[in-house]
Order: sequence, then C-alpha cells, then structure tokens
Amino acid sequence: MTTLDTGRAAAPRVSFFNDPVIRGIIYQVVVAGLLVGFIAWIVGNTAANLAAQNKTTGFDFLWKTAGFDISFSLLPWSRGSFYWEAFLVGITNTLLVAFIGIILATMLGFTLGIARLSSNFIISRLATVYIETIRNIPLLLQLFFWYFAVLKAMPAVRESLALPFDIFINQRGLMVPRPTPDQEFAWVMITFGIAVVVATALSVWAMRTRTLTGHYPRQVVLAGKAADAFVTFLIAFAALLVLFAVIFPISNAPVLAAILAVLLAALSVTRFAALTRGVLSFVIAFLVLDTALGSMFSWLPSLFVTVLGAAVALVIARVVYTGALERPPSEARFPLALMAVIVIGAPALVYWLSGATLAFEVPVLQRFNFVGGLQLPPEFVALAFGLTIYTASFIAETVRAGIQAVNKGQTEAAQSLGLKEGDRLRLVIVPQAMRVIIPPLTSQYLNLTKNSSLGAAIGYPELVNVFAGTALNQTGRAIECIALTMLVYLIFSLLTSLIMNWYNARVSLVER
Amino acid sequence: MSQVSETTGAPTARSTMQISDTNVAIEVIGMHKWYADFHVLRDINLKVMEGERIVIAGPSGSGKSTLIRCINRLEEHQEGQIIVNGTELTADLKRIDEVRREVGMVFQHFNLFPHLTILQNLTLAPIWVRGIPKAEAEATAMHYLERVKIPEQANKFPGQLSGGQQQRVAIARSLCMQPRIMLFDEPTSALDPEMVKEVLEVMISLAEDGMTMLCVTHEMGFARQVANRVIFMDQGQIIEQNEPEAFFSNPQHERTKLFLSQILH
Amino acid sequence: MTDIGFVRADMVDAKPAPNRTSGAIAWAQKNLFATPLDGVLTVLGVVFLLWIVPPLYNFFIGHAVGPSGTVEECRMENAGACWAYISSEMEFFIYGFYDIPQQWRPNIVFALGAALLIPLLIPKVPFKRTNAVLFLFAYPVVSYFLLAGGVFGLMPIPTEKWGGLLVTLIISVVGITLSFPLGIILALGRQSKMPVIKTLCIGFIELVRAVPLISVLFMASIMLPLFMPQGMTIDKFLRALVGVTLFTSAYMAEVVRGGLQAIPRGQYEAGASLGLSYWQRMYFIILPQALKHVIPGIVNSFIALFKDTSLVYIVGMKDLLEAVKTKNDTALEWQSANTATTGYLFAAMVFWVFCFSMSRYSIFMERRLNTGYKR
Ligand SMILES: Nc1ncnc2c1ncn2[C@@H]1O[C@H](COP(=O)(O)OP(=O)(O)OP(=O)(O)O)[C@@H](O)[C@H]1O
Ligand SMILES: [Mg+2]
Repeated sequence: MTTLDTGRAAAPRVSFFNDPVIRGIIYQVVVAGLLVGFIAWIVGNTAANLAAQNKTTGFDFLWKTAGFDISFSLLPWSRGSFYWEAFLVGITNTLLVAFIGIILATMLGFTLGIARLSSNFIISRLATVYIETIRNIPLLLQLFFWYFAVLKAMPAVRESLALPFDIFINQRGLMVPRPTPDQEFAWVMITFGIAVVVATALSVWAMRTRTLTGHYPRQVVLAGKAADAFVTFLIAFAALLVLFAVIFPISNAPVLAAILAVLLAALSVTRFAALTRGVLSFVIAFLVLDTALGSMFSWLPSLFVTVLGAAVALVIARVVYTGALERPPSEARFPLALMAVIVIGAPALVYWLSGATLAFEVPVLQRFNFVGGLQLPPEFVALAFGLTIYTASFIAETVRAGIQAVNKGQTEAAQSLGLKEGDRLRLVIVPQAMRVIIPPLTSQYLNLTKNSSLGAAIGYPELVNVFAGTALNQTGRAIECIALTMLVYLIFSLLTSLIMNWYNARVSLVER
Repeated sequence: MSQVSETTGAPTARSTMQISDTNVAIEVIGMHKWYADFHVLRDINLKVMEGERIVIAGPSGSGKSTLIRCINRLEEHQEGQIIVNGTELTADLKRIDEVRREVGMVFQHFNLFPHLTILQNLTLAPIWVRGIPKAEAEATAMHYLERVKIPEQANKFPGQLSGGQQQRVAIARSLCMQPRIMLFDEPTSALDPEMVKEVLEVMISLAEDGMTMLCVTHEMGFARQVANRVIFMDQGQIIEQNEPEAFFSNPQHERTKLFLSQILH
Repeated sequence: MTDIGFVRADMVDAKPAPNRTSGAIAWAQKNLFATPLDGVLTVLGVVFLLWIVPPLYNFFIGHAVGPSGTVEECRMENAGACWAYISSEMEFFIYGFYDIPQQWRPNIVFALGAALLIPLLIPKVPFKRTNAVLFLFAYPVVSYFLLAGGVFGLMPIPTEKWGGLLVTLIISVVGITLSFPLGIILALGRQSKMPVIKTLCIGFIELVRAVPLISVLFMASIMLPLFMPQGMTIDKFLRALVGVTLFTSAYMAEVVRGGLQAIPRGQYEAGASLGLSYWQRMYFIILPQALKHVIPGIVNSFIALFKDTSLVYIVGMKDLLEAVKTKNDTALEWQSANTATTGYLFAAMVFWVFCFSMSRYSIFMERRLNTGYKR
C-alpha cells in the first residue's frame, strides 16, 4: 500500500515533465523500486527475527512425523504419519464438507429462491423471513450456535435421540447406518452404471427422433407406457401396503394391495388415468400427512389428526385430479418413465438374480458408546449444517435474481406461440435464467469452500485447522504453513475462474 | 406450406383482399375487464370476419394492448365472451392452448428468445407444439425468413440484428406456426423511422395474402392503405369504428376528432 | 358484410369489478388461493406456522425468564430463554473488561459516533463534507485518546481490556473507514494504464479474494510480528485491524471498479480536455459519479465486513462473540439448559439489527439513486 501512497504524493502539479509516457515510466520505476525495497526490508526483518528465535526455514518438515491426532479423516492417519499427509487430510476434509455443503445448499437455496417468488403470500413470506434472518447473522456465530448450543445440548450417548432409519443423534454427533455391500454387489453397481449410460443414450435418441420426425420413436412410447403402468403399479402397491400396515391393519393386506394396485395401473393406461393419479396422491398425501402431523402435533388426539390429514389429502388429491384432467399426460412422460424403469429396474433385477446383498451396519448402543455404523462427529455435522443453512440464503437470492432477470415478455412470447408450461420452462425460461444464475452461484460455491475454514473455530480438522493451526504450532514454520494453505485456496479459486471464463465465453449472449 | 402463396408485386387494392361473409374469426361480446378495481375494458363488442384487417387506434392508456392481449388470453377477462375460431376462451387450459396455436402475436419489443439463433427461434414452436419434423420446420422457417427478406441472418443471434430485422424475425416466428389470425401490438413504435418501413412492408404483404389481422398502431398511412376497418378506443371502450376513408375524412365523435387532429399533424 | 360504421352515443361509466378485487376476501383469493395448488401450499404453510410459532413464542416470550428474573427460574423445567442472564452480563457484553468507573468514555465515543454518523446518512442534512471530514479524521483521533487514555489525565486503559460490542464496533468502523479509500486506490490502480501498477493491484486483489479471511487473519497475527524490525511489537488489536482492512479493501476495490466501468468514456475525456490532472479528474469528476452508482455494493461490503469482524475471535481478540462465548462457558452462576442458547441468540440479534438496518439503508439509497437517474 505504501507503494501506491507514494504515487499520490508525487502526483500534484508536476509541470516539469509533460510527456505522459515518460511520467508513467518514472512512476512505475519508483513504485517498483519502493516495492522491492519494502520486500527486502521485510525479508531482512524476518530473517533476523527467525535467527533470533533459532528457527529454520524450508519445506523439509513436510517429511517429518507429525505426531498429533486428527479426530476425523477419510485418509489413513496415525500419529506416525507425515506432515504432508496432514496437509492432504486437511484438504480432503475441506473438500468433503464443502462438497456436502454445496449439494445441500443448492437444493435448499433453489427451493427458497423459487419460494420467495411464489405468488402465494405465506410461502414467499416464509422464504423471505428465512433469507433475511440467516444472511444477516455472522456464519461463525451460527456455527457456534449449532455446535455449542444445539449439538452439545443434545442428550448424552445413553439417551440418544432416535430418528427413523436407525439414525441416532447425541452429543457425540450423528450415527447413521453404514452400507456394507458384499462382493456380488459390485455387479449391481456395474449394471447401474450401464443402465445410466443406456438410459441416457436412449433419451438422447428419443429426443433427437422427436425433433427430427415430430414423434417419439414408437417403440419407446410403447415401452414407456408399459413402464409407466409398471411404475404406477409399484408405487400403488407400496403405498397401499403401508396404508394397510399403518392405519387399517387387515388380514391378507398384500393380496388386497396387489389387486387394487393392478386395477389402478390398468386404469392409468386408459382415459381414466386422472382417476389413478387422484387416488394415488390421496393415499400418499394421507400417509405423509398423518405421520407428519402426528409427530408434529403429538398433543392432538390421533383421531383428529387422521381426519385432518384425510381432509387435506382429499384437497390435494382433487388438485391432482383436476390437473390431470385438464392436461392429459404429455407424450414426453412415457420416455421418462422408461428411463426411470431402466435405471432402477435393471440394477434391481441383477440384485435379485445374483443374490447380492447390501446389508446396512446399524449403529448399536453398547455400554458406553455406539458401535458400528457411520459415526459423523458433531464438528462435521455442525459445520456442514451451518454452511448449508447460511449459503442457501445467498443462493436463494441468486436464484431469485436469475429468474427475475428473464423478461416477462419471454414468457408471453412463448405463451402466444402455444408452448405449454413445461416446454416454456424447459426451452425458454430455464436456459436463460441459468445463464444469469450460474456465475454468481459458482462464486457462492467458492465462498462456501472458503467459509469451511471457520470449521477451525469449532474443531473440525479442515485445512486451516490442521495445517495453519496444529502443524504450524508444532513446527513453528509459520510462513511455509500459511503459504501452503493459501496456495490451496488460490488454486481452488483459479480453477473456478478458469471454468467460469470458459463457461461465460460459451454461453454469453451475442450482442451487437 | 401450401397455404403460403407468393406475394404478387401488384399494387395494393383493397378490393382484391377477400373478406369472408360467413366465417367469423373473432367475436367479442359484452366483454369487461378490470385490473383490480380499475375498469380497463368496458363493454367491448367486436366481430371480426376471416380476412379482415382491423386497425385499433386510440390515446395512450385507452386499453388497446389490453384488448388484443385478451384475445389470446395473455390477460383474463371478467365478464362477457371472447370466441376465437369458434372456441370460447375460459380458464380451460386446453382451449387456451388451442386458441394460441391459431393466433400469432407480435409484440412492441419483439420478445425474441435471445439464447437461440434466429432459425431456432423460428422452429421452436413448430417442433414442440405442432410436432413438425425438424427439416420441414427449418424449410418453413427459411421460407418465411425469405419472405421477410432476411434469410442470410438465419444463424445469427437476435442480439446481432437491428430492431427492424428483429421485428421481422418476430413476425416470421409467428407465421411459422401458420396462424389464422395475427395480432400486432404497436409493432413499429420501438423502431427508428427507416426500419418502420421494412416492417410495414412485411405487414402489408401479409394483408395482401388475406391474413386476418388486428393491429394496434399509430401508422395512419398503414391504416388507410391496408385496413378495412379502423377502431378508435378511449377510456377502455370502443368509441367509433368505420371504414378508413370515412373514419379519417369524417370522424363523428368529438374524441375521435380531437385524437385525429392531434395525430395527423 | 355487416354494417361497419359505429359511433358510441353514451360512454360506459366505470363500475366496480364483479369479483371483489379489494378487501380481505379478495386479497386471500389472490394471494392465498389463486390456484388449487396455491391453496394446498397455503394449508401446508399454515400447518408449518402452527407447528413452529407456538414453541418459538414460548421460548422467546411465553416461558422466557425476563430481565429481572433469577437463575433458579432459568433452571426450571420448561423455562424458555434466560434473558435475566443477558441483562446481568450486559456490561461485559458491551465493554468487556473495560474498567467500570471509566465506562463513560466508550459511552461518549458511542454518542459522538452516532451524532456524526446519522446526519451523514440522511441525504437531506447539509454540511456533508464537513461532517464527513469530522467523522473520518477527527473522530478516530478523539476516540482513540478517549478510549486508550494516558493523556489529559485520563487513566490509561490497555487494549487488552477492551472487549465486547465496543471492540466489534471499533474494528468495523475502522475497517470500513480505512478499507474504503484503500479500495478506491486499488481500483484506480487496476484501471491504470501503467503495467507495473496494474499488475500489482490485480495480484493483490485476486490473491486476497481467493483466500479465506481467517487465513489472512492468521497471517496478520503470526507473520506481521516477524516482518517488523527486531524488538518492535505490534498490538494484537492493530494486527487484526490490518488483516480485516486489507481483506475488505480487495472486495471494495472490485465494487468500485464496477462503478468506474459504468462511467462513459466521454466523462474521462471531458475531464482531460479541461486540463485537469489525473487526480483532479478522479476527485472532481469520475469518483463522485462512480461511487454514487455503487453505494449499494459498498454497503453490502460493509455488511460483510461487519459480520466478518466476528472472525477476529479466532486470533484471540475479544469481540462481542467472544464475550458471549466466554460468559456462556464460564459463568457458572448462570448455568442452565438455555443459557448458551440465549447468549448466542442475543449476539445474533445484535448483529442482525446492525446488518439488517444497513441492508435496508442500501435499498433506500438504491431507490433514491434510481429515481434520481430517471429524472
Ligand atoms: N398489469 C396491469 N395492472 C394494472 N393496470 C394496468 C396493467 N396493465 C395496464 N394497466 C392499465 O390499463 C390501462 C390500459 O393499458 P393498455 O396497456 O391497454 O393501454 P394502451 O392503450 O395499450 O396504451 P399505449 O398506447 O400506451 O400502449 C392503462 O391505464 C394502464 O395503466
Ligand atoms: Mg399498449
């Protein structure tokens, strides 16, 4: 900064050299000279300071034994590991929490951004309150809140809070089942990969055929119709089974459920498809509402909850029914159903035929602690949760701005051409909004990654904590540790801006 | 494409344009519209036969845009009926889609899709709404681009075109859906004078082909030359309508006289 | 063909809309039940509110222990927020360990700051320039001597004793006032035609923006002492200030650059043709316009900086967050199930009030500037 101040000091009323080129060169030489001098001064001071403290410099410490513990690591880590391994552990931990945070924050942020634009007063206000509350409170404070006030106040191990699906939460963090696939399960994964490729290829081909000929390929539509009926059958069967099991326990439930599901699936390929969808959405909405309301308002009499759930579900079913009546299934739905059946069905078939098993190792409470399962430390949970909550509020604003940036005239033009709502969004609105959204969205992702460094304050072993914290303190190599840490973030940032420049060059709208 | 006949170079003669005696294109009966409490359209009655070319004029804020936007249900009306090609417009989405497929609309600010090339702008709706094969849709698109005299721009993006060119593309985009009715909302008022002419030429040639047209415009020369009826609106109501000659030479209503005296000088 | 001529004899008078368009019912129809899906969302939203609001109300107000309550009440089953804890520790949250008899000094600093800042923010109040000069130059000096003491018979109070909201405000105000001019210089440097200066500025801006603030703070707190001549120590406070200021100035520079780029070339040329020097042109012509354009962006950087001051906790500074956390962890006499939660909620509310008012102010200025632009 000194450098630039001198530029100002030298500037006023220099009349004796008028040539701006010469003037510029002189300025620059002066600035460069001052900068070199300043750096030399700093280097000299630093060397003297380090010498006085008997400290050495250099990166040789990276190959020394670290000798400290890291509480959470994806890579193998022991006290005997080297400092460069600590560096890698820090980077992977940073990337892990950033990756999970980015996925969750994107989902939450897009939902909130769209909700904020909703014409529904309650929904848009709820989203606004969330956004305006969260983004005006420092992230560090939020992390402290989640970590010290919420997670630390969780019950002790013995009184763990049990969530559905064998998930437990307590002071020591979140315990979730760990999938333990056997050898045969590899085949299922391979099939899944192949199925994804095949389904993608198929959908590309179907789309291309659609644009080239005006119709989806006949085979695809036929197979899609079958797939659609099959999916309907599966959903109906599952939903009815649960309904019978949970609410109206009767004998022979599976048989009855199967018969009803076949009926519904058969209806769905006739012109009464709307009826199927209405009934299905009633059953599902009722199940969800009854469970959710039941647990949310546990003080209400259960009969009341059931009636309320049924009433709301009836309204939802009516909406779906009238919607389905007004819009017959678009032809695009059948190829979609086919893709879904391929991607889910093929692996399921292999799973069944090969006798592969995907067991889940459930966390079990033993005398003093949980054994088995995947145990996520509270630092990780608080950091991932806090980053998600915080960044989502910024992503929501990005999304809102992007959608609002698409001129209302675009919707009107698309409407007046007769494009249906789905096509309108897919072909006109979303592509334009995404161009506006993606650059700021990426910088939010970058921010989230940088903000994950606040994990240091709650003891999550990410890069800054492990390397600019513990390793620095142990070795005393301040300059090296901080430089390496900053270098990592610099590389993240450079990579991101390279990708963004490429993206912007690709999609930027051509203007006159 | 058989519907598209080449424009003849012959001078415009209104008598050569065919107006159907029996086929009603648009019928508006006792229609009212409110924006919240603001009564913006009042008792609109309008019957447009196939092949008619109608110009709507009136002071700013008189409800001209609102009227033609009601006709393809970009706006919803609250009272009365609007029947387009025999289909009454109600909340039913299927009917709305049906009507919109048959009615083309050209906007003051073009509203081209900036992320698509000109050719993609033109083929988007034919492919996804009408299910026309891509090659055929592109051939049609090129045909209409030639018709609006800018085939060489097919692979550019809207941002690279001049306003006049963009508006001609917008007209071509509507024509690609082969509509039976065209609505124009001040298609030339965002354009520089020299560009107005090129757009008007396209509109005139459309009229010569017998397209049913409803134009909101302040181009009185266009009205004289092409329209077979001029409608004057003020305060959300139709004040006067007549054949262009009579309308311009002998306006009846006080407001019409005032408006014409302002606009013609 | 139908008879074409038509002249309206009587004008149709405006009549009220058939469906009610004003009043509560119409409002609900439009905003809550416009489509069936909207109705479903409304129902779900109401259910959600019914679920979330009563417990929140009970926690914050209903079952909360008021400012004059006792710790026994806070420890009761079902007790809500423990506001009594906040009110009893309020002094510490505001001043840290600042000697209690001397607390009139920070109070004067607060009052002076408000008296100078508020007229500066209200567009209509005159004497902006004098006001700004007082706020930017006189106020920091006066405040420093008032707070630190050691002159005019004031008792010296070392910075280690400062704490709480006082420190948060000092760091943010100093950070804001220093990073602003620094950001302008960096932005001008980045626009400069001189390659050496341009490269330096771009390098600095991009480097700082690429790394997290906490690493800059680490650097400031660990490496600054190393950079200084032997025997010279830098106050911890100063180190944090340097870190925060450098960090924010890089972001500020990018905001100002946006404003500079929005100025048409003609303005630069007009300035040059008047024979003004570079700095005169910038000061009189370009910057006033450019900065006006980006006031919202500048305020947003200030909000970010204000929130970021909480990070100085990590390098051992005693700001508001630290004060709250310390008391949460150590005030055994106030220990209860909700003490920590209440403490953090209090800190959150303080930060929120400041940030939210800044963001409202930015929106207000944006509107004002927009209308000004139209006229
Ligand atoms: N979305 C809306 N909400 C409320 N009022 C509106 C809306 N759109 C238009 N109006 C009002 O309705 C009236 C008619 O508007 P309209 O756009 O139809 O006028 P116009 O005749 O097309 O005028 P112009 O020649 O300026 O385009 C105006 O007073 C306008 O302010
Ligand atoms: Mg208009």
